[in-house]
Amino acid sequence: MNEKALEVLQIIEGDGRVTIQTLAKMVDLTEEEVKNILKKLEDEKVILSYSAVIDWSKVETQEGVTAVIDVKVTPQRGVGFDEVAERIYRFPEVKALYLMSGAYDLSVVIEGNSMSQIARFVSEKLSTIDTVISTTTHFQLKKYKHDGVVFDQGEEDHRIVVTP
Amino acid sequence: MSNIKTNSRLSHRVQTIKPSGIRRFFDLASKMDNIISLGVGEPDFITPWNVREASISSLERGFTAYSANAGIIELRREISAYMSKRFSVQYDPEQEVLVTVGASEAIDIGMRAILDEGDEVIIVEPSFVSYVPLVQMAGGVPVSVGTNNQDNFKVSAQQIEAAITDRTKALMLCFPNNPTGATMNREEMIEIAQLAERHDLLVFSDEIYAELSYDEQHVSFASLPNMKDRTILISGFSKSFAMTGWRLGFVLAPPDLLAAMLKLHQYSLMCAPTMAQYGALEALQSGMDDIERMKQSYKQRRNYVVKSFKEIGLDCHIPGGAFYAFPSIEKTGLSSEEFAEKLLLEERVAVVPGHVFGKGGEGHIRCSYATSMDNLEQSVERIQRLLSRVL
Repeated sequence: MNEKALEVLQIIEGDGRVTIQTLAKMVDLTEEEVKNILKKLEDEKVILSYSAVIDWSKVETQEGVTAVIDVKVTPQRGVGFDEVAERIYRFPEVKALYLMSGAYDLSVVIEGNSMSQIARFVSEKLSTIDTVISTTTHFQLKKYKHDGVVFDQGEEDHRIVVTP
Repeated sequence: MSNIKTNSRLSHRVQTIKPSGIRRFFDLASKMDNIISLGVGEPDFITPWNVREASISSLERGFTAYSANAGIIELRREISAYMSKRFSVQYDPEQEVLVTVGASEAIDIGMRAILDEGDEVIIVEPSFVSYVPLVQMAGGVPVSVGTNNQDNFKVSAQQIEAAITDRTKALMLCFPNNPTGATMNREEMIEIAQLAERHDLLVFSDEIYAELSYDEQHVSFASLPNMKDRTILISGFSKSFAMTGWRLGFVLAPPDLLAAMLKLHQYSLMCAPTMAQYGALEALQSGMDDIERMKQSYKQRRNYVVKSFKEIGLDCHIPGGAFYAFPSIEKTGLSSEEFAEKLLLEERVAVVPGHVFGKGGEGHIRCSYATSMDNLEQSVERIQRLLSRVL
């Protein structure tokens, strides 16, 4: 990947809403060139989607619950973990899924409206998969930082307005 | 000097020094709400956490006493190694490195170390607002040499030579430059080095923005042939490491000059704050990743601002370094002060009028792009609005 494409990725990872005009000026290319870079990265599935970081705890009706579930599974001949992973990530309530090194195999991040909804997912959908040996569910209590973004107020600009 | 009011309680010297032109603007701007400031001469990054943590830890471990006058030796060694690695200059940490309270102190004690009453210092302007008064406070006579937009605010040996008299003792350079963002390449610097040798000048090279060079590798003046012995090289942690409030700079100079500066430093300040020195030590030891990250971000904003200014019809040379754009507002027919005041009062954008930075500054405004992209985008819009009214 060339340097400009890398620079474009770094900028949009921080601000997915940056306009083509601004982006082109920042990386010193024409708008057409930037559009082509983005198109190529999207076609190659390097850029998968553009999303916002939202503090849902501030949205009264949408508070919800997030849990991280450690899952131990029996890997299967030929497909390893991939097949069971696919069976898990197909559920829309699964927000993230990672294969891990260490004490367990899969880390499942799941969002629901309530603890009971998540409990039902674990007992009815996750544990019932043949190759799943065990699950350990951890509920998130508070989000301090997510994807590099600090929740709450973060750090403010304390600079005085005009300095030499 | 005749128009200066005399107050017998005050020294004549201090009364001849003009208050900074920035002050008036600061007073005006700080009374207003909801302004976007492009007037800030410091990074918009907060000091990286590892540096803050190292300083906190030094307090927890009880390092609260004076340090050696020249600074803790570990820090001087790191500064020496860092300057060698990044800028190919070799300085002995025992005899040629002094840790100061900001680069400003380094300039102050440097001037006081070399100047006798009436000695002249050539200052390449537009420049940082402290150079002239610091020369005056040391009893010297500042001699301004202006640069201009057409030359991308670079200075030539001929321009400097024209200002040399038999009282000229030193030359003050700052590249990358505050407020213009101008940089000088090796060939351009070598001409000045040869001039310094011909006229036996000492050279203050303020390289505080050295790490923020976007298009070419920074050339340290002391790295040029035969220049180390006549260079007082000044730098610090404020700009490249985002540590302005820590007040930590350093000066590198040959042993005789450094010993003289150390004498002044030791009597007036004793040593730089110890906890700040431990923070700086961590900054140097933890590598250059933070610098590179910040530099990349400034460069993107530089590109954005310069291109946007051109789009809205402001003539702006491409600043190769620092975090300032210095566009010309001459075609509006307004002075830089009038333009800046209108911009502040009517569009609520604070910039610094160019004339406060000396010769060559009039007709320009200094816009610091060390602020968020959101602020920059809005500022460009607002400047455009003002332009459409005054043009």
